[in-house]
Amino acid sequence: MDSHSDSRSDSRSGSRSGSRSDSHFIELDRVEKVFDVRRKTGFLRRERREVRAVDSISFTVARGEMVGYIGPNGAGKSTTIKMLTGILTPSGGRLRVAGIDPSRERTRLAHRIGVVFGQRTTLWWDLPLIDSYRLMHRMYRIPDARYRANLDRCVELLELGDLLDVPVRQLSLGQRMRGDIAAALLHDPEILYLDEPTIGLDVISKAKVREFLRDLNAENGTTVLLTTHDLQDIEQLCRRVMVIDHGRLMYDGPLAGLHEVGDSERILVVDLERELPPIEAAPARVVKVEGPRQWLAFPASESAAPLVARIASEYPLVDLSVREPDIEAVIAQMYAEQADRAEQADRAERADRAERADRAERAGRAGEAEDAVS
Amino acid sequence: MAEARTATAAHHPDCPDRPDRTDDAYAPYSPVRDGLRAYLMIAAMWIRSTMAYRASFAMTAFGNFAATSFDFLAILLMFSQVDELGGYTLPEIAFLYGVVGIAFGLTDLAIGSMDRLGRRVRDGTLDTLLVRPVPVLAQVAADKFALRRLGRVTQGLFVLGYALTVLDIDWTPVKVLMIPMMVLSGGLIFGAVFVAGGAFQFIALDAAEVQNSFTYGGSTLLQYPPTVFAKDLVRGVTFVLPLAFVNWVPALYVLGRPYPLDLPTWVAFTPPLVGAGCCALAGLAWRAGLRSYRSTGS
Repeated sequence: MDSHSDSRSDSRSGSRSGSRSDSHFIELDRVEKVFDVRRKTGFLRRERREVRAVDSISFTVARGEMVGYIGPNGAGKSTTIKMLTGILTPSGGRLRVAGIDPSRERTRLAHRIGVVFGQRTTLWWDLPLIDSYRLMHRMYRIPDARYRANLDRCVELLELGDLLDVPVRQLSLGQRMRGDIAAALLHDPEILYLDEPTIGLDVISKAKVREFLRDLNAENGTTVLLTTHDLQDIEQLCRRVMVIDHGRLMYDGPLAGLHEVGDSERILVVDLERELPPIEAAPARVVKVEGPRQWLAFPASESAAPLVARIASEYPLVDLSVREPDIEAVIAQMYAEQADRAEQADRAERADRAERADRAERAGRAGEAEDAVS
Repeated sequence: MAEARTATAAHHPDCPDRPDRTDDAYAPYSPVRDGLRAYLMIAAMWIRSTMAYRASFAMTAFGNFAATSFDFLAILLMFSQVDELGGYTLPEIAFLYGVVGIAFGLTDLAIGSMDRLGRRVRDGTLDTLLVRPVPVLAQVAADKFALRRLGRVTQGLFVLGYALTVLDIDWTPVKVLMIPMMVLSGGLIFGAVFVAGGAFQFIALDAAEVQNSFTYGGSTLLQYPPTVFAKDLVRGVTFVLPLAFVNWVPALYVLGRPYPLDLPTWVAFTPPLVGAGCCALAGLAWRAGLRSYRSTGS
């Protein structure tokens, strides 16, 4: 209750629909989250260690944007989402969502955001799906007509009709995920956070979820921020992607640019009619041969079409497939390059310093010699 | 809980630019009123879903009644061998037993789910409660609201009824009023222990058993007269963890018995104050626990 005093003024600025509040709908300014990790090192002896889960991250998301937030496990994705929803209090920096400080006005923000956790459900596990929705209806004080319209729409698009009377614990993962997405949207949230919404889903369920999210964003203008492991989620949904690793924002821009920055490669797998010497088709290079099957690596920023056309015309092609680089590989590449650059800079500096020290020493010795002479 | 809300009306997606949020559509946010509302809503849903299987409900409620009756059965067995326990007769002990049975039963019914908090913290499902627009305490307390726990209350009522018909008490209006007062303030004191125990689970995830030893253990302790326990234990539950105010202190006044510790008579009328004080402290502990969770995430 430490925020009663300023809740009013905040709500005014939050509902103002000026251009700035729209372009800075979600706003992070050097946000940090430091955890104190305590580890037992012996009887009653503990070691304290600070872990920077989120390390000075700044970005803004405009109203209606659909942004992918990716990174390896433990990179700080979920921690960021938890701060954006008000679950966690940031250790430093400034954070605003729809003009609201999430950690101070968590319940007020709750009316304006929807949250889907891929790994755990927000539904009541032992109750039929429809009971959870009825409870949401009252808990969020959704006007009846609005609730009915939203529920009907979600039931239709997410194909929940047959599932409404089934207890949540009996739903399959894909069904449950669709149920969760519907639950997050009944109160017309302006922002939807999705934490790994397609994790563990089969191909068809993934496609359904993606299509639904795309339509939601296009038709309702709902701002969507999703974390994922699956680059395809991003490819099919988001024009903008942010990469986070070790709590730092490594990249913020279009997905295509990520491949350029990461300098990643796609792999073309080619099945030929018979065993042949490695295919020659620059800029692609053969990285592996196994009988009639060959693996060719080529830059991810280039189109596969001309390459495929060329191979098809020059070689007896039976089958082929293209493998996308996965996020981990792209980020690892990005990291390696950064480390490389840092090392180069470091080496250059060290060489520079050594040279200067050398010169100074020589000058000093010369001075000594002069001293000796005089 | 550190949250303030001026409820917002639904945002209409078809006109995202219109500031259509009517901040004054609802009364200003009040944790107590909103929490109570949410609690009743969730509890009602669980009751509805329980009532879908009436036979199963009847059986579990009876099971609860029977299981808790064993406590009293044990006391009856003791009295088949002795005439007094710590200087108290069977009807007097039944009186103590009935009061604590009802008070604890009501609290267990209302917020018995608090001991699941540690598990929620561990498996991360507490986060799903934190993204909803109602106080977390209400959601945790009402979770899996189990009407079958009325079995314990019913059993307590029976035993108290027996005690009141058999006991030879000089009834005055004050003494009559003391009975509902004891049940209500006893419920508050137990409730505070439940909530404080829940708050402790934010820090020590496996503290559910510690909490149970205070709640269930405490209620068993109070079924017996204070004279059978060591003075230090009696001092502990009087001055440190004031469980003695659930029944011992006021009930001994009703029975016209001296309290083993030297307390002035007016102390017998303080249970409502003690209950309110405990609840206030438990509320603070809960807020501190939740704040610690929100800053550490574990």
